[in-house]
Amino acid sequence: MGIFLTEKSRVVVQGMTGSEGQKHTSRMLAAGTNVVGGVTPGKGGQSVDFARRSIPVYGSCADAVKAADADVSVVFVPPRFTRGAVIEAVDAGIPLVVVITEGVPVHDTAAFFAHAQANGTRVIGPNCPGIISPGRANAGIIPADIAGQGRIGLVSKSGTLTYQMMYELRDFGFSTAIGIGGDPIIGTTHIDALRAFQDDPDTDAIVMIGEIGGDAEERAAAFIKENVTKPVVGYVAGFTAPEGKTMGHAGAIVSGSSGTAAAKQEALEAAGVRVGKTPTETAHLLRTTLSSTHQSA
Amino acid sequence: MDLMEYQAKELFARHGVPVTLGRVIEDAADAADAARELGGRVVVKAQVKTGGRGKAGGVKLAATPDEAQAKAAEILGMDIKGHTVQRVLLAPAADIAEEYYFSFLVDRANREYLCIASTEGGVEIEEVAHTNPDAIAKVSIDPAIGVDKAKAAEIVTAAGFPAEASVVVQRLWDVFIAEDASLVEVNPLVKLGDGSLEALDGKVTLDDNAAYRHPDHTGFDDKAAADPLEAEAQAKGLNYVKLDGSVGIIGNGAGLVMSTLDVVAYAGSPYGVKPANFLDIGGGASAEVMANGLGIILSDPQVRSVFVNVFGGITSCDAVSNGIVQALALLGDQADKPLVVRLDGNNVEEGRRILAKANHPLVTVVDTMDGAAARAAELAA
Repeated sequence: MGIFLTEKSRVVVQGMTGSEGQKHTSRMLAAGTNVVGGVTPGKGGQSVDFARRSIPVYGSCADAVKAADADVSVVFVPPRFTRGAVIEAVDAGIPLVVVITEGVPVHDTAAFFAHAQANGTRVIGPNCPGIISPGRANAGIIPADIAGQGRIGLVSKSGTLTYQMMYELRDFGFSTAIGIGGDPIIGTTHIDALRAFQDDPDTDAIVMIGEIGGDAEERAAAFIKENVTKPVVGYVAGFTAPEGKTMGHAGAIVSGSSGTAAAKQEALEAAGVRVGKTPTETAHLLRTTLSSTHQSA
Repeated sequence: MDLMEYQAKELFARHGVPVTLGRVIEDAADAADAARELGGRVVVKAQVKTGGRGKAGGVKLAATPDEAQAKAAEILGMDIKGHTVQRVLLAPAADIAEEYYFSFLVDRANREYLCIASTEGGVEIEEVAHTNPDAIAKVSIDPAIGVDKAKAAEIVTAAGFPAEASVVVQRLWDVFIAEDASLVEVNPLVKLGDGSLEALDGKVTLDDNAAYRHPDHTGFDDKAAADPLEAEAQAKGLNYVKLDGSVGIIGNGAGLVMSTLDVVAYAGSPYGVKPANFLDIGGGASAEVMANGLGIILSDPQVRSVFVNVFGGITSCDAVSNGIVQALALLGDQADKPLVVRLDGNNVEEGRRILAKANHPLVTVVDTMDGAAARAAELAA
């Protein structure tokens, strides 16, 4: 099964006719994703040819839902159009919208997230690599050839650390790997993913990757303590980040004494999560956790 | 981008928030005239992008123009938490009856907005939260609705402000939304002797992602205060933060680069070696971007070794390797420090083959991130 995204998902790509949209649609198709259409205002009725198929372009999300039963949208439009694109997808009744776009103003994200929440749509991102359930479907830009299907669930704020961790654990494989993004406001949180992984029969263990800024990891730790019985290992990036400097991601900033990596590690460890010092050590912790679980079982 | 007080007040004034703009000067010799124009009795305030100016001695009352000049001379050039004071704001001394605290901010946890307000203003709000938490009102704001008349009235009542503060609250909301701020803070918002309200200080953080909507904000950029390497990197469109160690870091992706800094600090701790910078070259590492990045790092005199850490996700490692080889050719003799390169992921064999073939004397390829960090730290020791 995996979480949020399955082999049954019917994916449209908003911005498929742009260069990034086209490149990644091609990769999503190659990974076996059921891409049923693209959405570009003013280009309805056209189509785009990919290696093995021609994919229709719709003029709106509503048309894509009506004609192709789309239930996932992946958004590749530029920042200034992102708010409108997400609101359009929500209004069309699409239940999952994955926003890859980087550089979306935080007020725009606040507005489209509020609209999505009021209408029961899940948003992943913005500024994220998307979500992959290997062997089933890929919605976003996570390379599908790093690791195959398996029984580990991965949730991370960072794209490249998602790739790194998938690579470290490629012999195990993943039920789903989800990059939630490092912006101040994000649609799907660590907690949302942890809850879904806990409930997913195809997930045996969870890797959670966090970074400096905010207190999402601390809240995730409290959630794990109360609600998660599957083994969780963690990694937090940004121990050496100076106070008051944004480290690449808009939300990755230590403000005063809040948002530090040390506080996050401490909270996770207090919740019984083993936290690695490096990505490699974190992968190793997961291996030992799984082998001891198997031995005791 | 954080604004200085006088810049924040300019934005406040644009939206009708009551402020006194005063005069900003960079030379103490101009202080006496400025003070005279402002009525003689002024407050001289250091303009720096950090809190705690008062405690650090960066805010002083001057009773006469001559005193204003003396105080300005004291404050200009002062170091406040690592920020050198380049300019001071002179504002007429206000007749303060009451001091309040007020802010709008992005509530990351609840993914909405939050208003924090208190009648205990003029001191650090963290302190009030500690000593008198009941004096702080927190009102959440639904982004779909914003702060309308009713919400402003709710805030004012919750905070215990006078009813007429409601208008100021709505105008500060206009600043928050129209200027794309992620923080608007007024401490203190004061009630003057005549009963009117005024924002006596202002702290605004602008959302860098929204800069494209505000060409008029570019003037707020304080180039003089920026680290010269950071300024150069910014001009070249690189995501660079200067740190104080000796291992230069280049990687792709913010998370991986943050992680690389940590792994280097961890590997370097036996020798007291630390990372020299954060540099994320992003997804497509072209030769030009790689050369620009290497150029910045190699011009940092503190750097003794460089660690290039790339995981090829979308980017393929052969492109990265070609970028490194071309960058080294472009830099020529400027490239004079050892480079440790770790590549993994997409097309890694070809990437490693290209580096092996180039056989550059400065380049060492190490297979793992932890191993490469250890090597780079050793080279800088």
